[in-house]
Amino acid sequence: MRHHLILRVVSKMLIPFIMLFGLYVQFHGDFGPGGGFQAGVIFAAAFILYALVFGDDQARKVVPDKALILLVPLGLLIYALTGFAGILLGGKFLDYDVLSSDPTHGQHLGILVIELGVGITVAAVMISIFRAYAGRTKAIDKEDW
Amino acid sequence: MTTSIDMVLIVDLVLLTLLCLTALAIMLVRHLFAVVALTGAFSLLSAGLLVTLDAVDVAFTEAAVGAGISTVLMLGTLALTRRREARSPKLSPIGLIIIFFTGATLIYATPDMPKFGAADSPGLVHIVPSYIEGSENDIAVPNIVTAILASYRGYDTLGEVAVIFTAGMGVIILLGRRREDEYGYSEESAAFPLRSLASDDETGKDKS
Repeated sequence: MRHHLILRVVSKMLIPFIMLFGLYVQFHGDFGPGGGFQAGVIFAAAFILYALVFGDDQARKVVPDKALILLVPLGLLIYALTGFAGILLGGKFLDYDVLSSDPTHGQHLGILVIELGVGITVAAVMISIFRAYAGRTKAIDKEDW
Repeated sequence: MTTSIDMVLIVDLVLLTLLCLTALAIMLVRHLFAVVALTGAFSLLSAGLLVTLDAVDVAFTEAAVGAGISTVLMLGTLALTRRREARSPKLSPIGLIIIFFTGATLIYATPDMPKFGAADSPGLVHIVPSYIEGSENDIAVPNIVTAILASYRGYDTLGEVAVIFTAGMGVIILLGRRREDEYGYSEESAAFPLRSLASDDETGKDKS
């Protein structure tokens, strides 16, 4: 995609800020609006924008399919294992009180970790679904734009 | 005080009017590319309405998922199919009557709902006060929505993540593999993926 100079320059400038905002939403979710789900979608939007402007093949070099297929279950595993960690430390499933010596701190830790799990799974699934669609069409010709 | 209430009313009216206009346009426009763009606008307007209802987290999700991701996915689908709706739908009188009565019932029932934000509305008196107290004292998280989602309702959120995981896996398994890697790329298989899938099945049957 050699044309669309403005699109390429502007999205190159925007993508780092979109990702930074995604990280902010991810880790600031307990204080402001947002959380893992929204952060995952915003993070995926950065990668989808990259794939739309620079092409699907280029995007597959940034995040290979093999990495993506590992990230999809990783988030769910992080979430579930946090729940089992509660059992192992003497509490109930998904009981964050026992994760730290101070129950409030344990709650903060638990929420942070499971939100990270949510974010990873959501971002990976959104990118995968986009790729499943985008991988089925041929790149649009110069004349068709 | 009165001026601030009026402002909210004006914002609500403008957003709702635009929402209705967008919905009408989605119904009437035949060009699917424009329809996809309009559904994105519809989601963005809904997000604006949710902000006026102080549901910032929901508005956030609506703006990110509804206006962002699903618009991209629908454009991706559009690239695989045709860009123009083939059949112009006829107005069916039965459908019109059903819609009219459903709408009338909903409007008739609306005044019986508790006032917006009323502290004694049934949804807010049962368990919500203990959530509000707990998220301030026990969890010490300023965003109550996060406290409820991640801690009080941790099981539900785990289930939701499992749903997203399952949906993603389903799409990856059904559509994930790139066509050209397996069968060799052809113009037709790109334009009509389902038809080429069907023909693949037939050739498979012939061989067996």
